[in-house]
Amino acid sequence: MNTIRTHADGRTDASVASRALPVAFAAFLGAFLIFGVGFSHVSAFHNAAHDVRHSNAFPCH
Amino acid sequence: MELFRKLIFAAAAAGLIAGAFVTVVHQVSTVPVILKAEVYEKAADAAAATASTTTTTATTTDGSSTAASTADSSMASMPGMEHEAGEWEPADGFQRNAFTVLADLLTGVGFALLLVSAFALRGGAMNWQTGLYWGLAGFVAFTLAPGLGLPPEVPGTQAAPLLARQIWWVFTVAAACGGLACLFFGRKPLWCLAGLALLVVPHIVGAPQLDHAESAAPESITHQFIVAVVITSLVFWAALGTLSGYFYQRFVKPA
Repeated sequence: MNTIRTHADGRTDASVASRALPVAFAAFLGAFLIFGVGFSHVSAFHNAAHDVRHSNAFPCH
Repeated sequence: MELFRKLIFAAAAAGLIAGAFVTVVHQVSTVPVILKAEVYEKAADAAAATASTTTTTATTTDGSSTAASTADSSMASMPGMEHEAGEWEPADGFQRNAFTVLADLLTGVGFALLLVSAFALRGGAMNWQTGLYWGLAGFVAFTLAPGLGLPPEVPGTQAAPLLARQIWWVFTVAAACGGLACLFFGRKPLWCLAGLALLVVPHIVGAPQLDHAESAAPESITHQFIVAVVITSLVFWAALGTLSGYFYQRFVKPA
């Protein structure tokens, strides 16, 4: 399974595998920030980000 | 973790600039409408409180705290308007605006992280223009798709239980992201069909709705708010996509 297939545009399967973990971490961190600001049920978080929740049309109240 | 560090730099640069930009836009577009709607929300709360305090005012001399506590209890009984009594909230004015700025910056960085992650997952070169296209797709997936079922709401609007709406929102946004990816990157007609299906299915399932939802604010304000949110969001996503594409090219993958 060590053969590296190269796609037409120069991407390789090996580079996909090496990207997976850092990309997953970055995406998880992004989702964590958005959930913290927009979706947390902690009342203080809701009140602090209240106007931004409404402005981004996140479900609120 | 070299790639992780680069992704964070690119997302922080794009997200902080787009977040700072949109927080200025929010101050002139959505926040004034929210404040206007809150006048109606508080008037409706006060009316409900007066109606219920007429039976209880004789029991205490502290009229203001009675009014406040009965307002909270009457609101708690209204679906979609649960406010916790005595919870911290920022003071109106500077403190409230400061938290709005902070929340806008964090949201900007959060969405930018999702965008640059998607760029890296996709691979290939990026620039400001391809970033703009991704940003517009983000607008479709994160604003238009969930907004069709759960339109932007001003404070004082009754709605279905919060958790049910949040679950539908996440489900709809995820399906829209998957659907757009199938449409744009699927190489066979079947992928396009699957993409369309993913875009449509959440709306067949339908967003959680109340049978008789009412808003304290007049219809002109709720309509004005929807227009303000959608236009602001379009501008935000266009800026975020453009900046993310630019900083991705600069920090992560030089062309």
